[in-house]
Amino acid sequence: MPLIPLSFPLFPARLPKHSERNQRNDTAMERNYRKLWWQHCLAIIGFSVIPLLLVNFFLYHLFDTTYTDKVMESLRSNAENRRDAIDLFFRERIAQLYTIANANSFQQLTDEGYLNKIFEIMHVKSDSYMDIGIIDSEGRHLAYVGPYYDTLKQVNYKNELWFKEVQANGLYISDIFMGFRKTPHFIIAVMVREKNTSWILRVTINLKNIDDVVQKAWAGHLSDAFIVNKKNVLQTRPRFGGNFLDVPATPEYTADSLKSHPYPDYSSVVATKLERVTYSGMDAFFAATPIHNTKWILVIKENPDEMLSPLVKGQHWMLLFMAAGLAIIATGAALVTNTLINRIKEADLVNAANADMLLQANKMIALSKMAAGIAHEVNNPLASIAENAGWMKDLLAEEDIAGSKNYTEFSESIDKIEQHVARARKIVHNLLGFARRMEPAKEKIDVNKLLDETTGFLENEARYVNIQIAKEYADNDPVITSDLSQIQQVVLNLLNNAIDAIGHDGTVTVSSKDLETTGEVEINVADTGKGIAESDLHKIFDPFFTTKEVGKGTGLGLSISYSIIEKLGGKMKVQSKVGVGTVFTILLPKQ
Amino acid sequence: MNTLRVLIVDDEDDLRETIVKRLNARKIQTEGAASGINALEILKDKDFDVIVLDVKMPGMDGIETLQHIKKLKPEIEVIMLTGHASLEFGLKGMQLGAFDYVMKPAPLNELLDTIGQAYNKKSGLTL
Repeated sequence: MPLIPLSFPLFPARLPKHSERNQRNDTAMERNYRKLWWQHCLAIIGFSVIPLLLVNFFLYHLFDTTYTDKVMESLRSNAENRRDAIDLFFRERIAQLYTIANANSFQQLTDEGYLNKIFEIMHVKSDSYMDIGIIDSEGRHLAYVGPYYDTLKQVNYKNELWFKEVQANGLYISDIFMGFRKTPHFIIAVMVREKNTSWILRVTINLKNIDDVVQKAWAGHLSDAFIVNKKNVLQTRPRFGGNFLDVPATPEYTADSLKSHPYPDYSSVVATKLERVTYSGMDAFFAATPIHNTKWILVIKENPDEMLSPLVKGQHWMLLFMAAGLAIIATGAALVTNTLINRIKEADLVNAANADMLLQANKMIALSKMAAGIAHEVNNPLASIAENAGWMKDLLAEEDIAGSKNYTEFSESIDKIEQHVARARKIVHNLLGFARRMEPAKEKIDVNKLLDETTGFLENEARYVNIQIAKEYADNDPVITSDLSQIQQVVLNLLNNAIDAIGHDGTVTVSSKDLETTGEVEINVADTGKGIAESDLHKIFDPFFTTKEVGKGTGLGLSISYSIIEKLGGKMKVQSKVGVGTVFTILLPKQ
Repeated sequence: MNTLRVLIVDDEDDLRETIVKRLNARKIQTEGAASGINALEILKDKDFDVIVLDVKMPGMDGIETLQHIKKLKPEIEVIMLTGHASLEFGLKGMQLGAFDYVMKPAPLNELLDTIGQAYNKKSGLTL
């Protein structure tokens, strides 16, 4: 008959439910870790990326504003420089005309041979003059030098608008016109007063010179520059689209298309004006500035893409750096989080082992109380049974019953009762001993006695599977001061493991040695089991390491034992050889 | 040598009575008391050589009873009978003057040995 009360689950190895609980815990933890990982990672990324983005956008905006301002300023100075060049051109021409008009007499200049000479001198300095003519106050063309002699010589300008204006102002610069020549040109006329009469010196100027000056403002590949008059009519040919005397407009402009627009009208500008114009299909910087000597407006158009290309490049670099930054932050966050989570995992594992030990300890305490209760309750009836059986034995010896035929049967029965009471008594004492030892204490322990009691728990179990428990105790009954119950727990665990390792048919040798030199007592539990592979030997005390089937063991027994012995100031060692057996050694200090 | 007089104090009737019968059958003059108070009453009128005292009893427990006995009649030897495997009560009893302790359920031989030793000690002192 197996000793039921003694096979109570003393160790986790005998608690299948324990491992189920662990597995459930593990999966719950797994989920937690993943969530934790993401939370932590995203928090790091979030807190790093948001400031990065803010700083980047602020810097970009600052750079953008500054750079655009600078570009606009350079556009203004470009426009004003061009305007000054045009102004200079006009001033030179006008000055030259005044010089000619005043340095020569009306008589001299009306002589066409003389005028031709003057014209040739002028041509040496500049090829901008196309022709020259002298007109009297009645509008008659008195002298003319130029390619259209036959046509123009006959013309009377008396009723022409410019003629009236030059008479009124003394100077006139015309807008561009095609005139008789059918090529764009303009005139400069100055009036000279001489005594009572006045006459006019008029020159036609090739547009090419103005064009040359204006075209120098075509700084970029897409920039444009042109001149418009007060009626917003083109005075020079723009680079893209439009022609002389047209309204300035985008190249694709047609009057009936809604998709495109004419350029803004700058004809009434009185001071330099800068603006960025964006509307459907067009994005452009415009600079408009009036030319002083004429009624013309110089307009310079720049393509922002070209003007701001460094800014766009900067934008690209910024995006690249931001992407790189993000990648670095993300990688860093992932690495840091990995390390952190691994540490948490390790800590959790240790905590789980500790919690298991605590749970185990609590279980043992509850169990011990129950055992003590049962033992006490069983004790009294057991004592009564023993005494009554003893009384019957006493009587049996006295009376004549000795002669009765059933005397031997009675006698044997009583002996059996006493024998089993003795056995029950031993169990109860063991139970009480076990219960008492749950209270942690420092007490004097007779090691040999402890080993005897502990092996007593398992002797029956061992006998059923034909395992011998051999005892090789030290002769001098060594005594140590330590916690008896905990040592008993460890020895019991080792004995259990030894019996499990053998399975059936074998010998467990329990031995004690008094090590006089080191002041320690050595306890050995050796089995003739299958042994432990060398590769597993160093892991044997690790928590959760087990070679038992799933559900049979949690791998906590030896790790708990190890920590108990360590706590008591002792050492635990293992030696094993596959096929020969395993020896667990406990070294305990005497004090 | 006078007859050995023993008082058994135990709340378990069957056990106490059987022990009393068995000791009487061995020519030991034995009486039983069902509680500590009962025992102290009996002690007022009679003398005993040895008292076997159960530790765990309802009402007055063994330790308390022992203290009263030792005040009343210090010459009587007391053997503690304990259900506890713990040495505590036995040792405590011995500190308080008990002769020894025996664990329940004890074979009668063991009890008889201890009673004999206690009686010898007492006789050695008194004689």
